[in-house]
Parts: sequence; structure tokens; C-alpha cells
Amino acid sequence: MRLKLVPQETSFDFFKRWKIWLGLSALLMVVAFGSFMLRGLNYGIDFRGGTTIRTESAQPVDVAAYREALGVLGMGDVVISEVFDPAFDDDQNVAMIRIQAQDDEEAVTAEMIAQVRTALQAVAPDIQFVSVESVGPKVSGELIQTAVLAVVLAIGAVLVYIWLRFEWQFALAAVVALVHDVILTIGIFSEVQIKFDLAIIAALLTIVGYSLNDTVVVFDRVRENLRKYKKKSLPEVLNLSINETLSRTVMTSVTTLLALVSLFVLGGDVIRGFVFAMIWGVIVGTYSSVFVASSILLYLGVKRDWSKPSSTSGNQFANVDA
Amino acid sequence: MLQFDLWKKALIWLTCAVGLWLALPNAFYTRVEHHNDAVAAIELGGATPELEQQAGEWPNWMPSALVNLGLDLRGGAHLLAEVQVQDVYANRMQAMWPEIRDALRPERATIGTIRLQPSDSEEIRVRISQPEGMARALQVVRELARPIQTLTGAGSTDIEVRGEGDVLIVTLSEAEKLASDDRTVRQSLEIIRRRIDEVGTREPTIQRQGKDRILIQVPGIGSASELKEIIGTTAQLTFNPVVGRASDPDANPGVGNKIVPSLDEEGVYYTLESAAVVTGEELVDAQPAYDQNGRPAVNFRFNTSGARKFGDYTAENIGSPFAIVLDDEVISAPVIQSHIPGGSGIITGNFTVEESTHLAVLLRAGALPAGLEFLEERTIGPELGQDSIEAGRIATTVAFAAVLVFMALSYGLFGIFANIALLINVGLIFGLLSLIGATLTLPGIAGIVLTVGMAVDANVLVFERIREELKTSRGPARAIELGYEKALSAIVDANITTFITAVILFAMGSGPVRGFAITLGLGIMTSVFTAIYVTRLLIVTWYDRRRPKSIEV
Repeated sequence: MRLKLVPQETSFDFFKRWKIWLGLSALLMVVAFGSFMLRGLNYGIDFRGGTTIRTESAQPVDVAAYREALGVLGMGDVVISEVFDPAFDDDQNVAMIRIQAQDDEEAVTAEMIAQVRTALQAVAPDIQFVSVESVGPKVSGELIQTAVLAVVLAIGAVLVYIWLRFEWQFALAAVVALVHDVILTIGIFSEVQIKFDLAIIAALLTIVGYSLNDTVVVFDRVRENLRKYKKKSLPEVLNLSINETLSRTVMTSVTTLLALVSLFVLGGDVIRGFVFAMIWGVIVGTYSSVFVASSILLYLGVKRDWSKPSSTSGNQFANVDA
Repeated sequence: MLQFDLWKKALIWLTCAVGLWLALPNAFYTRVEHHNDAVAAIELGGATPELEQQAGEWPNWMPSALVNLGLDLRGGAHLLAEVQVQDVYANRMQAMWPEIRDALRPERATIGTIRLQPSDSEEIRVRISQPEGMARALQVVRELARPIQTLTGAGSTDIEVRGEGDVLIVTLSEAEKLASDDRTVRQSLEIIRRRIDEVGTREPTIQRQGKDRILIQVPGIGSASELKEIIGTTAQLTFNPVVGRASDPDANPGVGNKIVPSLDEEGVYYTLESAAVVTGEELVDAQPAYDQNGRPAVNFRFNTSGARKFGDYTAENIGSPFAIVLDDEVISAPVIQSHIPGGSGIITGNFTVEESTHLAVLLRAGALPAGLEFLEERTIGPELGQDSIEAGRIATTVAFAAVLVFMALSYGLFGIFANIALLINVGLIFGLLSLIGATLTLPGIAGIVLTVGMAVDANVLVFERIREELKTSRGPARAIELGYEKALSAIVDANITTFITAVILFAMGSGPVRGFAITLGLGIMTSVFTAIYVTRLLIVTWYDRRRPKSIEV
């Protein structure tokens, strides 16, 4: 007996309400973009410069007392948050302290760290600095540029590849789906205010890769079915292709999610944001390759004659009996 | 079509075996690490029974390359420094003055008297008393220009000379600045490497990044500030003639002189000649020592040319003071008592024992040609790294188990074949990582976990296709064959697109992100290999043995 998440034969009609799906996606993108514009992302020091200190102490973290102790140092914007993780021991109380980039300083000075340490020792004598990271404004500015460039390049490269392998309609549809995924991911990060750092960019690019993977598998089947069923209408072919690949789509998403969820729960708090981005990306990516990419393809229409090289333009009946 | 040639079979198994063989040391990480350290120590300093025993923990004939653990897993310090390349220009120009003077002197009949003008440090301004001789002066100085030996600078010379009225201005050419920047960064890199080696930490990463930046990662060091102390000091040592003592740092020192504060005495300044008699570059050795009063000091020795210059100078200037200057601070300004011929001497000052040891290390390793500015620094405590490894290990194991069970439940026997391939796949990733000496970071572990999830994708594609083909084709053999055939284009397209993003991540990213890109990229290669060849070979071998009438996927 096999475990089957998707029945052997499915014939869901994915396009009965394709305008609704596209509308929903468009709405979500607007909401995500609005959230990004209004709330902004909670940039980590990679992107805005500054210093983060991870502290550990046997005593419970008293955020207010920490803030008071550091407030007198006059270091500008200081953000203190407690970190929770099921893997921590009972006497392991962890906090993250983020200090804004100081004027005229590229990286943090040893004196400043010493000041912070002394101030916090007054609150929690056994406090330890498990990690101290500092990024100067010069580098952080460049990191943003590089990150944006990386995402744009990745999407561009993929556009070209799919264009070469398929047709421009496929490439455009796939890229619209990718942009959709990236925007929704940025939207959720601005809405939940999870720290957005360099690792999240890596996650974004992985989402690009994953979502594409899904889209390409569906498109591959569409291409095959377009050759096979020359008389079927485009919506029918698309629907058939999605139904045929549905079992695989679900299987792969589930195995990937299984792996990611275990990493999310057990992998520690350091990479939790990163894994969260990927889990979200897998879900959104799967949705977008079924609903967004295919709907766009339907909207754009495709060349039906795949038996001849694209340069020869025969009439639409040229290969009906071939 | 279903059959594999014998040589292909052999090649597939051989690849797997080699990959797993290379991955094996990582399963015994601490043991192999001890072995490697001990072997390195024996090579360096001879064998001791203790080292021999440590080396014996892992057999020599086994592979011993390990996956490096990144800073976020091992703990340590990370610094990104920018070399202040323009620091060098001033020194270059100052060093040119005697040469220009000597070249112009014989021409005094045409150009009149020559006089060095005060200027910003990146140019030399010379005033001549007969401006009508400027053409000749320019010609003479231009003859001093040397061609540049680099590819980009081919055809240009190192200095640019122009005249403005009665003033002749010499600057470095843009091509020379570029060449000089490159030299400066390379020298700095070398000096930083030497200093870190002197301190004796293990496996530091010291890399040039971009035009003028240097990335330094040292595992196991307590903090980035500690690291900064080792590499942050320029340690530019010079011996300059003393013109006089001064109390006002802003007084006019006179052309060709400079005012330098004393290191120990507050408010004391010396006026020195800018051109040094000898510099730290000509030192061959420096050792911590004690002076005749038992106070910590540093012994030094010059190379032959340095010793000659130092000897000549001391012979000619007995009774006058000279200054020992470290990074533009006077350590001491003793009076020359006698001619010092041997080229060795002692630096005394108010040192502690640590300071004298530290100074000796810096002098031995050589001075940085330019200052460093630190743009980024990270310290990761070893406990945090250990926690991350632990969490990563548990998460990976659970992720693995979940995927294995799920595959077996979904595809039965074929799922188990896929699982075997998956195990081999992870082995291959570690084998490849060890082989290329890549560094495993925390996001890298995430990359492996993601690969575990995605590696089954290729198998899923094939299995689903076989299921479909079973409904229509004639017999299981044909279905398996068609399944592989038809799924191939989807597998290839899907993986190439993901691979493209991994390559871009690798090219654009740094540090942990790069670690992620490497494991993702390698994971894609190995998972395609295992899905297309290993699983298929397993299925084909099984099918040949059993010849089942029908199969269930």
C-alpha cells in the first residue's frame, strides 16, 4: 500500500477562475509592496551598518534594565531583544543587542565594546558576549547594491535560459511568477519585521531557484502536451499538464518542506530567519508555478506549432494532420 | 536502452566509491584533525612520541582531507580591512626629492638656483630662479621617469612632470598609482600573513578582496580586537637624524623636516629630517632582549646595505642625536656615542616585557606599507559555533530520516532505491567539499538540508513518469525506460536553472552566503548524478535479477 498525497488521476480545473487567482496574486503583491513602503524592512547590520552583540547570561534577560544601562552611554539607537530557542539550557538566557553605526567610525572600537560590557555587567554580572559583529557604513552600502544586483542578475539569467529552451511567453510567465515570489517574500519580512540580512538574500535567490524548478517542470509538460494534443485548446492543455504533474509537485514540495521544517524547529535560532524565508518561498513558489505562471501563459498565448523550427511561419493548419 | 554497459556500471560505482572514500574522514572529524595537526607538527619540528601517537590515530594511507568548518561553526574572528593605498604616495614622492635635486644641480647654469617648496604630500614642487630654463628643467626631470612594467600601464611612465610659471611640479602618474596600489595591497597581504603566522594560529584565511581590501579570518582566536592588535599596527620603523627638540607641534619645521611627538614623554616633540637614514625594511632580525639596566628592550640586526648605511652615518655623526621612530612616534633619541659598525643595535624605551616581545614580532614580520582601516569585524564565540554544529547535526539527521521514511512510504521499493541514492548523494557532497577544500558554514548546512529535500525531486519526476507510462505502455521494462527518457528534459532544465542561481550566489556573495552557494551547487550536481545514474542502475540491476511481470511504483 502506498502513501498517496494526490490521487492517481486528477482533473481539477485550475483555470475556471484564473482571473480570480491572478487578481488575488496582484492584490497580495500590492499589499506586500505597500507594507514594504510603509513599514520598511528590519535591516540587519549587513545592510545598515552598526554592531550586534549576542549576550548570554545565567540570569533572565531584563530588556528594560539592559536598555537603561546602555542608554547612558549615548550611542544612539540601541535595540535589545531576547532570543528564545527550545535548544537552550535553563540557565542560558540570550539577548541580541543592536547598536547603530557610530559617527566617523567604520568598524566598532574595542573601547566601545568594553563600555557596553561594563555597563551590562552592572545588570548581569556573569554576562558574556558570545558574538560581536560589526559592519561599517561603507561596506553595508555596497552589500545592498550587490544583493539587489544578485537578485536581478539571477532573474535575468533565468529569463534568458528559459527563453532559449522554450519560448518568450514561457520565459515571461516564469519571470512574472518569480517576481511575484520575491515581492511576497519581501512583503512578509516587512510585515513580520524579521531581521533582513545577507543570508535572507541567499534565501531569496534559493526561492528563485526553487520556484523556477517547479515552473519549469510544469512548462516542460505543457510543451510536451502541446505537441501531443494539437487539437486541444490551450486551457485544456495547461490544465492537463498541471494535473499530470500535480502529484510530483506536491511530493517535491512536501519532501522539501519536511527537511526545512525540521531545520526550522531544530536548527537553532541563528538561521531561523533564513529557513523561514525558504519555507515561505517553497509554499509561495509552488502556488505561483501552478496558478500565476500558468495563468500568465494562458493570457499571453503560445505558439501551437512545435513540429517546425520557429523561423518558418506556416499557417495554423499546417500541421494538424502531421 | 535499459541496459548499462559494463564499463558504465563500473564507472558509476567507482565514482560513488571514490566520493564516499573521500568523505570518510569527516565521519571521524576530531580524530583526523588530531592526526593532521600532529603530522604537520612533526614535519615542522620533528617527532615526539606524543605526536607520533596522535598521528597514529588515523592511518596514513587513508584520505585525510577534511571539510573546513567556517567561523560561524568553529568560532573565531573575521576582519575586513581596507588598505590606505594613498599613504604610500607621499613616501614615494619624498624619496624622489634627492634624485630630482641631483639631476637638476648640474643644470644650474640654465635654470638658476633650485628650491623645494612646501606642498601637499602627493607632489613635489621645485622653484627655479630662472623660469626661462623651465623647458630644460622639465626635460631633465622627465628623464628620471621610468616605464611601468604592468600590463594595464604599458607605455606609460611612473611620474608626470609639468611646469607652472617658475615652479616645477612632479606627481605620480595615474598608471603608477594603480601599479603602486596593487603592490601595496600585495605587500600588506604578505606582511599580515607573516604576522599571523608568527603568532601561530591555525588555518587562517587571508585573502585579497577587490581592489584594495583584505579579508582576514582566524579560527580559534578570542576576539577581533585581539586580531586587530596583531595586524593593525603599521610598525614602520625608521632611523632619522634629529634637528632639534621642539615643544610646539604646529611650529614650522623647515622644508625637508618634520615634527614628531615622543612616544613616552607627553608634550615633547622632536624636529627630524624627513628622509630616514635607514628603515625597518633593512632589518633582518629583531628579538626581545634586556638592556644593561635589565629593562626590556629589542635587539635588532641590519642586512649588509643597512649595516653599511648605519655604520657610515654613526661614524660621521658622533656626538649628535638620532631618533628611532615607530609609526611617527619617537621611541627614543639617543646620542651617538661611537661608530656602530656591525649593523646591530638595541632599541630601549619604556617597554613592558609583552610590549618588547610584540614589537620584536612586528619588526621581524616587517612593516605594513600603508595603514589599514577596518570596515567589518565579527567575533564568534566557540560555544556559539558548537551550539550551531550541534543544532545543525540534529536538524540534518531528522530532516534526513523524515525524507527517507516519506519516500519509502510513497514509492515502496523504488523509494528505497531512491533513499540509497540519497545517502550516496550526501556522501558525495562531503567528499567533494573535502576534495576542493571548501568551507562548511551554517547556511551551508542549510544548503545540504535543502539538497536533501530537492535531491529526491529528480527521482520523484522519474517515478511519477514511470507510473504514468505503466498505464499506457507495454510492460514494466518499457515503462521504466520511457520514464527516464521523458523525465530527462524536465530534470535537466529544472536543475540548470537552480544551478544558475547557485553560480550567481557564489560570484556575488561572500562568507556564509558563498558557503551556501557551494553546497547548493555541488548538491545539484551530485543529486542529478545519483538520480540519473545511481537510482537507475539500482533499478535496472534489480529488474534484471527478478524479471517481475508487473511492477508497482
